[in-house]
Amino acid sequence: MTDQDEEQADAFFHALADRTRRDILRRVLRGEHSVTALAASYDMSFAAVQKHVAVLERAGLVTKRRHGREQLASGDVTAVRSVASMLDELEAIWRGRIDSIDALIQEDSPPCP
Amino acid sequence: MPVTHITKDLDARSLTITAQFAAPIERVWQVYADPRQLERVWGPPMYPATVVEHDLTPGGRVHYLMTGPDGDQVFGLWDVLSVDAPNSFRFEDFFADADFTRNLDLAVTHCTFAFTSIDGGTRAVYTSTFDSAEALQQVLDMGMEEGATLATNQIDALLAAG
Repeated sequence: MTDQDEEQADAFFHALADRTRRDILRRVLRGEHSVTALAASYDMSFAAVQKHVAVLERAGLVTKRRHGREQLASGDVTAVRSVASMLDELEAIWRGRIDSIDALIQEDSPPCP
Repeated sequence: MPVTHITKDLDARSLTITAQFAAPIERVWQVYADPRQLERVWGPPMYPATVVEHDLTPGGRVHYLMTGPDGDQVFGLWDVLSVDAPNSFRFEDFFADADFTRNLDLAVTHCTFAFTSIDGGTRAVYTSTFDSAEALQQVLDMGMEEGATLATNQIDALLAAG
């Protein structure tokens, strides 16, 4: 691991070491949320929630964009779940599908002796 | 095993799976041309599909719903782009509302299914391509309670990996 990797790992685990930040990450992985909407979900100030979002952003887990006066946060799916691992899951679904097709086609003819 | 080859393109977010079936090409085409057969092979085991409208022609639509273990339903539709029976067809697979209006906020899967007669059987090549990693995730998370279960599992997996 390079120093840069080590620093990235530190940021990552620091970001996930807090229960509120894990909860925020779960919410924004499901879809974009405004920081205002997130703040309404917790018993803490807007500024405190904004700070949590900033920590997640520095760790590369969350991206933020501006929309008018709102700051919108969304979870970075690829940081949490790689495209490679998702294509592996899709492959498993397709293998199941192809087994079903094969079984359906085999029904036409009686099994070989 | 019928699956003979898998190709994954990480940059294009696409999966191509090749299978060999011991049946003539017309028989394999029937699986898609007959809605009663299609519904037996489309939904995942926990979410069996019911095809409620089926028009496998260019510009046609296939409407289906999938019913989960708790009776929850996921609606989907194919927009059929091109058909060359019995060799190939292309379609876009959308999530839909309960009245089969495309849900444009959710993922679309670009699909190409192609069939070739070979060695007395049929080779089938299925290609699925996604516009983004998020789109791929939405398809995988289909039926999950707002994706919450999976998002939670992902975070647990990340923490365990440390």
